[in-house]
Amino acid sequence: METKTAIVQIKNLFKSYKRGNQIIPVLQDITLDIADNEFMALMGPSGSGKSTLLNLIAGIDKVDSGSVSIEGIDITSLSETGLAKWRSSHIGFIFQFYNLIPVLTAFENAELPLLLTGLSRKERKEHVEMALQIVNLSDRMKHYPSQLSGGQQQRVAIARAFVTDPAILVADEPTGDLDRASAKEILDLMERLVHELGKTIIMVTHDPRAAEKAHIIRHLDKGILNANTQTSL
Amino acid sequence: MQILKLLFKNSFRHKLRTSLTVFGITIAILAFGLLRTVVSAWYAGVESSSASRLVTRNSISIIFFLPLSYKEKIRQIPGVKDVSYATWFGGVYISEKNFIPNFAVDVKTVFDLWPEFVLSEDQKNAFIRDRKSCVAGRKIAQKYGWKIGDTITLKGTIFPGNWDFVLRGIYKGKYKSSDETQLFFHWDYLNESLKKTATNRADHVGWFTVNVTNPDLASDVAAAIDKTFKNSLAETITETEKAFQMGFVSMTEAIVIAVRIVSFVVIVIIMAVMANTMAMTARERIGEYAIMKTLGFGGWHIAGLIFGESLIISFIGCALGIAATYPAANAFGDAMSTYFPIFNVQRETIYMDIAATFIVGIVAAVFPAWRAVKVSIADGLRRIG
Ligand SMILES: Nc1ncnc2c1ncn2[C@@H]1O[C@H](COP(=O)(O)OP(=O)(O)O)[C@@H](O)[C@H]1O
Ligand SMILES: [Mg+2]
Repeated sequence: METKTAIVQIKNLFKSYKRGNQIIPVLQDITLDIADNEFMALMGPSGSGKSTLLNLIAGIDKVDSGSVSIEGIDITSLSETGLAKWRSSHIGFIFQFYNLIPVLTAFENAELPLLLTGLSRKERKEHVEMALQIVNLSDRMKHYPSQLSGGQQQRVAIARAFVTDPAILVADEPTGDLDRASAKEILDLMERLVHELGKTIIMVTHDPRAAEKAHIIRHLDKGILNANTQTSL
Repeated sequence: MQILKLLFKNSFRHKLRTSLTVFGITIAILAFGLLRTVVSAWYAGVESSSASRLVTRNSISIIFFLPLSYKEKIRQIPGVKDVSYATWFGGVYISEKNFIPNFAVDVKTVFDLWPEFVLSEDQKNAFIRDRKSCVAGRKIAQKYGWKIGDTITLKGTIFPGNWDFVLRGIYKGKYKSSDETQLFFHWDYLNESLKKTATNRADHVGWFTVNVTNPDLASDVAAAIDKTFKNSLAETITETEKAFQMGFVSMTEAIVIAVRIVSFVVIVIIMAVMANTMAMTARERIGEYAIMKTLGFGGWHIAGLIFGESLIISFIGCALGIAATYPAANAFGDAMSTYFPIFNVQRETIYMDIAATFIVGIVAAVFPAWRAVKVSIADGLRRIG
């Protein structure tokens, strides 16, 4: 197995939530490296802290202690605004429930992250059309989310996630709400993003079929990352 | 630009809710506008009255008269430019409900003292020549379809009998605030009749109107006039026309204050309605705002969306409300012309509409925006699904 540089480096990460005056530990001493251009699946029972870990990698939640370095940047040291700016160019998100803005068309949804860049209208149009072509939805650009199937909506969401060309995509149960055929389409698409566009994908999933697609599967149980690393390539 | 598009699309997402809120604001702005107009109409007499004109009346009460002989004595007081006089006639046109302010006046001086009533030279001369003639304001002539040469019959209430006057002139108001609903006729004509029927009232007038050479000295002149008639048979009270008019208005001041308060209460109520709409809207979209934050949109973007939406809805309602205010005020003014000779929507009222709308839009969005900005992304995302 060739050694790749780690794009994500997590060291001694702790995270807990407060509920009232009770402190609930969620993640305990997580240390994890994820190589560049990796497709990693994160599995584990419900409530084990998968989403929390994903959110911390993506910079939308704060660690209690430990460090999260992405492409050499320790994102735990960034300010709120610094993080927002960082997210807009370094991370793409894919959610279980697609989370498109219902009043915007497929095109406009995919364009949304580009509004924060300095791109001209014309350049944005080119990027969005390209992204929608990759997810095979060129003929649905003017459709609203309610006019699309679940699988199609998730493909729009994926286009939105990589339209800014981030190195890393995080996906929280991306096939959790889809039928088997649509799920396969989404997984194939994610695989292509890794192989053809060189993305690194970290995917939380319950679905063994989804995990099969990944190069690496890590298990999280009660906030502790299992040591054994399964490689399924 | 795309963000603006999202703003507009968001505003009309819940068509029924937005429509009802817009409708509420429209009604509130309309009500506010009409109430403010009622208040300004109430003060129209005061507004249009002059600070350089004094009114001299009997110190006991306005219903007691003053001898005409006072005129020359007043004229000789330093600082007095012109003196005119009038008597409230109180005649009724056809029926009691047709209220027309009508006065017996000194025809030679009346238009000198009230330059805001504009009458052509021809009509003025015709009026002065014809002892049994009258002049009426444009609005009232229009209302009753009077034309020059028509005979107008007033039924006397204070001075019994039917009084016929030939309309010789129709005056126009110089300003928007000038009263165009009055009717003037010859005091001489009234006096001749009184000489035959009520001799004790003859050669007496209701009040004198005095024009001063310098408005700054108006109070000195007023004091001098009252001093002149001190200890005489009929003592006088002299005050500026404004104060004189204000005296009438202040009797009803409590009502005006009530109307004013209600007009602001209307705005406060609509503010609560709008705040409720925005709170509902923002609560529903907490997840969406979290998604946008995830994509890198900052607190200012989210707050901008919420404030923008609130302002869009408020100002659509405001625009409709203002558009409705003019026809509504016209209709109201026509129906109420008896009580409000001047019923114009003031420009200040429109400015206040706009200011109130702005405040409503901002206040309604403050709390929802603050919450949407403050909620953490992780919490916001958990509300989805
Ligand atoms: N914002 C939060 N406030 C309080 N508790 C939370 C919060 N987010 C997650 N938790 C708790 O942390 C634990 C892990 O949650 P999560 O990461 O969503 O698990 P998973 O995605 O593996 O199902 C759960 O017990 C959950 O209730
Ligand atoms: Mg989860």
